[in-house]
Amino acid sequence: MLIPHPLLGLRDAQEFTYLGDARLIDRPDPTAPDAEAAFCDYVFLRDNQAGAHRELWFHEQGDRSWLVVTRDTVTHEVLCAELARDVALSRARCSK
Amino acid sequence: MTRLAGGLINRSQSLNFTFDGRRYQGHPGDTLASALLANGVRLVGRSFKYHRPRGVLSAGSEEPNALVELRTGARQEPNTRATVVELFEGLEARSQNRWPSLGFDALAINDLLSPFFTAGFYYKTFMWPKGLWEKLYEPAIRKAAGLGRLSMEADPDTYDKGFLHCDLLVIGGGAAGLAAALTAARSGARAILADEDFRLGGRLLCELETLDGAPATDWIAALETEFDSLPNLRVMRRTTVFGIYDHGIYGAVERVSDHLAQPGARVRQTLWRITAKRAVLAAGATERPIAFADNDRPGIMLAGAMRAYANRWAACPSETVAVFTNNDDGHRTARDLASKGVHIAAVIDARPKATALADYRVITGGMVTASRGRLGLKSIEVHANGRSEWIECGALGVSGGWNPNVHLASHNCGRPIWNDVLQAFLPGEDGPSGVLPAGAAAGHFSTAKTLRSGAAAALRALNVLGIAAALPSLPRSEESRYGVAPIFHVPGRKRAWVDFQNDVTMKDIKLAHAENMRAVEHLKRYTTLGMATDQGKTANVTGLAVMAELTGKTIPETGTTIFRPPYTPVALSVLGGGDAGPHFRPRRLTPTHHWAKAQGAVFVEAGQWMRAQYYPRPGETHWRQSVDREARAVRSAVGLCDVTTLGKVDVQGADAGEFLNRLYSNVMATLKVGRVRYGLMLREDGFAYDDGTCARLAKDHYVVTTTTANAGLVYRNMEFARQCLWPDLDVQIFSTTEAWAQIAVAGPKSRALLARIVGGFDLSNEAFPFMACAELTVCGGLRARLFRISFSGELAYEVAVPARYGHALMERLVEVGADLGVTPYGVEALSVLRIDKGHAAGPELNGQTTAAMVGLGSMVSQKKDSVGAVMSRREGLAGDRRRLVGLRPVDPAGKVVSGSHLFAEDAPQSFDTDQGWVTSACYSPHVGSMIGLGFLENGDERLGEVIVAANPLEGESARLRVVPACFVDPEGERLRD
Repeated sequence: MLIPHPLLGLRDAQEFTYLGDARLIDRPDPTAPDAEAAFCDYVFLRDNQAGAHRELWFHEQGDRSWLVVTRDTVTHEVLCAELARDVALSRARCSK
Repeated sequence: MTRLAGGLINRSQSLNFTFDGRRYQGHPGDTLASALLANGVRLVGRSFKYHRPRGVLSAGSEEPNALVELRTGARQEPNTRATVVELFEGLEARSQNRWPSLGFDALAINDLLSPFFTAGFYYKTFMWPKGLWEKLYEPAIRKAAGLGRLSMEADPDTYDKGFLHCDLLVIGGGAAGLAAALTAARSGARAILADEDFRLGGRLLCELETLDGAPATDWIAALETEFDSLPNLRVMRRTTVFGIYDHGIYGAVERVSDHLAQPGARVRQTLWRITAKRAVLAAGATERPIAFADNDRPGIMLAGAMRAYANRWAACPSETVAVFTNNDDGHRTARDLASKGVHIAAVIDARPKATALADYRVITGGMVTASRGRLGLKSIEVHANGRSEWIECGALGVSGGWNPNVHLASHNCGRPIWNDVLQAFLPGEDGPSGVLPAGAAAGHFSTAKTLRSGAAAALRALNVLGIAAALPSLPRSEESRYGVAPIFHVPGRKRAWVDFQNDVTMKDIKLAHAENMRAVEHLKRYTTLGMATDQGKTANVTGLAVMAELTGKTIPETGTTIFRPPYTPVALSVLGGGDAGPHFRPRRLTPTHHWAKAQGAVFVEAGQWMRAQYYPRPGETHWRQSVDREARAVRSAVGLCDVTTLGKVDVQGADAGEFLNRLYSNVMATLKVGRVRYGLMLREDGFAYDDGTCARLAKDHYVVTTTTANAGLVYRNMEFARQCLWPDLDVQIFSTTEAWAQIAVAGPKSRALLARIVGGFDLSNEAFPFMACAELTVCGGLRARLFRISFSGELAYEVAVPARYGHALMERLVEVGADLGVTPYGVEALSVLRIDKGHAAGPELNGQTTAAMVGLGSMVSQKKDSVGAVMSRREGLAGDRRRLVGLRPVDPAGKVVSGSHLFAEDAPQSFDTDQGWVTSACYSPHVGSMIGLGFLENGDERLGEVIVAANPLEGESARLRVVPACFVDPEGERLRD
């Protein structure tokens, strides 16, 4: 597989390690009253969908950036690759 | 002799070879199969199940019968297809699956017992008693039914991996592939032409038809000259593209030196990973046989193969041959062989009408209904127009039509499409993207059409890529028509083979149908049709057609045969490339590795690292002597240990403290500059993950360490947290594990030793207390970092210098500390010292334990959030009452074995009564006995109790006393001294 790194262009998938569902970016609010249930969902539950899937890849043998890659799990077509940092920032997360 | 005139062999040179010990001669240009046929050898093997005598069926990589053991010794290779083995001087080959000899095979009795050996025989027969399957049935069956033998020796050859990139990959070097490569090469595109044969030309080499009125080899030679002059085209002979993978990645194996007796200085094979923007699939077509009674005798071969042997290799299995065909192509075989003086006994054409291409007898509307000849064909029975006759012939060419080689087009989930005119599958539209089928692979069966389609496919691909290209002028060539009748088998009651390699007959397919194994996937698995080394290249379509006939459905309704990679067998050795033995994975050496080696250290693998395990001294005959001495030296004087392998991460930025607060369960932001704090990380699921130290070198600069094993993973998680969870924090991190050499200086005399290299730096307890850190210079100006931390429980430091000075620092410390009794120690003593102190390490932090279990529950801050904090408070985790304890044998000479399970005394030993386990154990020279650490139910409340550690694997158990998990200096006074 080839992954279109937003900064480095097409890179071989062997340079990356795979984590999984990009929902891992959405860490629950630890102060919420139902935090434990939300964390259980966050840690253990994943959708296993056929089709477009947003997932996290780490360019470990490269520039060490985490990417959100949108991949069709049926055809392996890569539809989009973004810097995970940009994705996280665009969700206006504010942790300070 | 059965050598004909002509051919593409070099008769000026002879090559000696042996088959089953007998000596023969062939010529350069021969394959083993062609040389055997030229020597009159028709019998080359025994079949898989029935041990039927078998001969060469094909002239290419689809061969199901002619499998031999090639070479001897460690290079002995089983199941080698004689049809693709290039002859070399001294080649040694042996037939397979026969005993005692190929001519007389005792297990041919299986053939007489064939009624018992039908499809599903094993499933039905060896069901019970169940225990006998593994012990008796399977070994016996495997011995009787089998292919070649492995040498059981290590592969002496080397292999390599390589990467190639191109605009256009042309798969196949026949007419279509050559035309495609020519089009691409002249356009200036980066192109690769790969062909599995050792000579370019494909089927052109096997035909007498001319190109522009001259032999095809003239045109090919001119092309090769042009190709050599074009640097943008890479021609790869002996290279099989075996698979198509996602995003235009192609796997190929180049047989670099398989055609030599020994590779010499070269690699044997190379695995190529080719990334191509587009590919032309010009893989040609494979002929299929027609099933009839006893159609597997040596001498019965594919008609196209018979023609190839005659035209390219000047070999013919017999002086009298016949042809059985359902299409026009079979007649070309008769015509070509007749032109070479071979007697054509008859051409039996299953179609009602046929035109002879030369002066030979044609029997139209005919069927071959039987054959004779135990070890080689003698005669065939022909049935036509209501009459039967026996015709004598030593060889029969059979053509049931041609199947385009759609294999690669069906990778990546492509589905071939049935074509009624050609009676064959063609590549579908949904095949791997960017792959354009051309030539015979796309169903074009005349040379002229093949050439045009190859050039057109390349042009189309180049246009899509925006590369200007023009169609080359192509040579004039034959435009023969190809008509084929849908005849796949001859009706009859005797066994007729569909899959030669797996001994699958018409009867087996009928049985599968009768037992409702009708889907192609069931048919394959029930009968083994299409399995093994040839993957049914000559059998699958026929099997499917027969099943379609039995079910009364059309072939496309019945199913589609698709193919997985690899196209032809690929050796595991080449998939591994050079990554075998010590090269299996990278080996990381510490900065002091060569120094330690010079000291005679024994090394141990720790992940990818090689670490000094212990340093034996003269007179020490057992590792324990060395380890005890090293551990004592640390407790009584001073020891040195390379701890570079611990992961090191530099954390910088205004929010560095806040960032670490969120990663570690304990508070890091409040750490004062110049101080170090122990840190515990949890996983997000709440279990303990990794531990290390955080040193604050400046307000915005921390250096944290991880365990050796988790260095890469922790860094990955830290980057995840930084980029994905808290991207708004002002923090940068970088792994510096390899940048700094770090040496532990441990023992009561460590301060005295360090004082000799730190210049004026004040090491006094007041100025540089326990858990202090500083940047300084050592050895007269070398920048360094000093941490007063202790894993051994003694007064201790870790000193870090740029990695390239690690070796020199170790040498200097040993040199200046000689009078202090300085002693290098390895990881074995390091482990003894930490078990002495009850410090958790890998065996305790194994991913199944909580912070509370290792006695660090209070470290998980309740005041702030951190990774894993929420989940660590889950009922199941928070309620776990197992605690880390120390364990001492009641009998001082007794053993403590890690992995033992703990039980109350006199309690039955079962899962229900299990109370924990021993995590770490060693002999402690300070305690004077073995000691251990372990997790015990309510362990913190059971100090003094005697329990049983059971080791049922060894049938051992020992009585142990529960003690605090710290055996030396429990008050921790020494490290604060």
